[in-house]
Amino acid sequence: MTTTTTLEGRPAAVSLGAASRRSGRSQRARRKATPYLLLLPAFALYAIFTAYPVFRQFEISFFNWHIFPGASNPFVGWSNYTKIFHDPIVRTAAWNSFLWIVVTVPLQIVIGLFAAGTLADRLPASALWRAAIYIPVVTSPVVVAWVFSYLFASQGGIANSVLAVFTGHHEAIDWTAQTWTGNVVMWLLTIWKGVGWSFIIFLAALDGVPRELLEAARIDGASEPRVWRSVVIPSLRAAITFVTVLLVIGAAQTFSQVYLVTSGGPYNSTQTLMSYMRQLAFINFSFGYAAALASLVALVLFGFSWAEIYVLRQQEL
Amino acid sequence: MRRAVAKPALSSTGLFGTRPKTRLRLAIAVVLALLSVGPLIYMVILSFQSNNDIEGDTVLLPTHPTTSNYVVAWTENSFGHYFANSFLVAIATVIITVSLASLAAFAFARYKFPGRELIFYTFLASLAIPPVLLIIPQFLLMDRLHLVDSLVGLVFLYVSANLPFMIFFLRGFFAAIPREYEEAFRLDGASTLRVIVRLIAPLSLPALALVSMFTFSMAWDEFPLALTMLNTPSRFTLPIGLSDFIGAHTTFWGPFFAGSVIATVPVVIIFVVTQRWSRRGISLGGLR
Repeated sequence: MTTTTTLEGRPAAVSLGAASRRSGRSQRARRKATPYLLLLPAFALYAIFTAYPVFRQFEISFFNWHIFPGASNPFVGWSNYTKIFHDPIVRTAAWNSFLWIVVTVPLQIVIGLFAAGTLADRLPASALWRAAIYIPVVTSPVVVAWVFSYLFASQGGIANSVLAVFTGHHEAIDWTAQTWTGNVVMWLLTIWKGVGWSFIIFLAALDGVPRELLEAARIDGASEPRVWRSVVIPSLRAAITFVTVLLVIGAAQTFSQVYLVTSGGPYNSTQTLMSYMRQLAFINFSFGYAAALASLVALVLFGFSWAEIYVLRQQEL
Repeated sequence: MRRAVAKPALSSTGLFGTRPKTRLRLAIAVVLALLSVGPLIYMVILSFQSNNDIEGDTVLLPTHPTTSNYVVAWTENSFGHYFANSFLVAIATVIITVSLASLAAFAFARYKFPGRELIFYTFLASLAIPPVLLIIPQFLLMDRLHLVDSLVGLVFLYVSANLPFMIFFLRGFFAAIPREYEEAFRLDGASTLRVIVRLIAPLSLPALALVSMFTFSMAWDEFPLALTMLNTPSRFTLPIGLSDFIGAHTTFWGPFFAGSVIATVPVVIIFVVTQRWSRRGISLGGLR
């Protein structure tokens, strides 16, 4: 934070404009107001469309909320929250969201780091490989969901054809219609679409690895895994924490894949917390109950992010 | 490959061992690149396959290449209209986000003022809140503002969702710009706004290009919010048009893949144009 020294005390050159050079006092007042004026538009939009809804959601979660005009919205206290713990679909959705995090986050980090390590040093046509690895990140989730659905279609899907070639089984597996295989397809597409993001962050972070230390470690006879463990990984700690936090948050918000690939089925068995929350609100119109579920997830995610950042700060000391 | 071998410094400071292992790394890079673009290339292939041939057996290359899927998608299924909607929403989101985030990031990078930390962490806290999570209160808010089923409403939500990260990112970049440049500018009587537009922005082009690319692709691809807010087909953005299309006729894979290609090409172009700045931009920005 050394870059934030104040502009206070600088001569009259610091002003909002040549026209505003009047008395020293009004100038100082203006100077004090400047950062707030600069922040105002962004903060106003953020306050209205993001911050306020956070509190509004918490408020709604205590009501049996109806969106129909004229309907009464009785206050129900904590009962929406107690309901969460007795809802078997919430249990399934929480388990699926947990699996989603445990399966996709480590794989995205490991593959992203591996790809970044491969491409960080000089390589022919590296810009091309880098671009190719990142491109899935900018594609639309709708496009990706349906392309993967087609790859894993029971009739004409490439996945079944490949399986038939390798195993000799000509059984048409209906991947997206079953719980376990449906999850696998969705995890695969999540990893496929996400790896480029962690890759690009790690690629930038690898520029900061002190190369002299690599050389020194090798001269001292350290093995390659040891070099990675002792030199490369420690200097990537900030990047790894950042990527982990954002990937976990991303995995916890999984909605589009489920909505598009399996619709949560069969029988809600592939539902995630967010896909179930949206279904509760916009299909079942249980706004209060859905808001309680969303608020609880927000709280858990917030605690998780805070803990992760806290741990990172401790390590840096 | 000769170049890499000829560079002696690499031999002891490479990330993978004492030799550059160029050939092995190149092979891995090619495999990773193919796995990444493979499904998309397959999508392009399928978009040129006549619809009757897509159903049934596995298609590897078009047996009867045709552009009719594109004609059907663009004309009969209003993909042209969805395209225009998506484009307007994405461009508006980029312009507003980049402008507002630059002003705010400049305030955080250059001024010390009461409440600075508090406001910064208020922004930062929302990084822990995925956009889908707020869909209920945002829907109710939009309903009250009469912005449900409106592209303008969607732009507000997208700008608000993008601002915190972009402010965080640009702040790091702006803070790295030497203060001396600014002082010279100020001595000539330039206003703060002029300093940002004429000095900070040109010096931050890599970061601004990256922010624009991230914001554009988010607004272009966003699904859950648009799905919840938009009802009228004439206001659909491309993702909603695509998902609505496949919901309406599940066996129309040909036009669907043509629509998917139409929806993918602009983001890929924008990414390719901006990607040369990405490495420098990310390492100089807030993500160090």
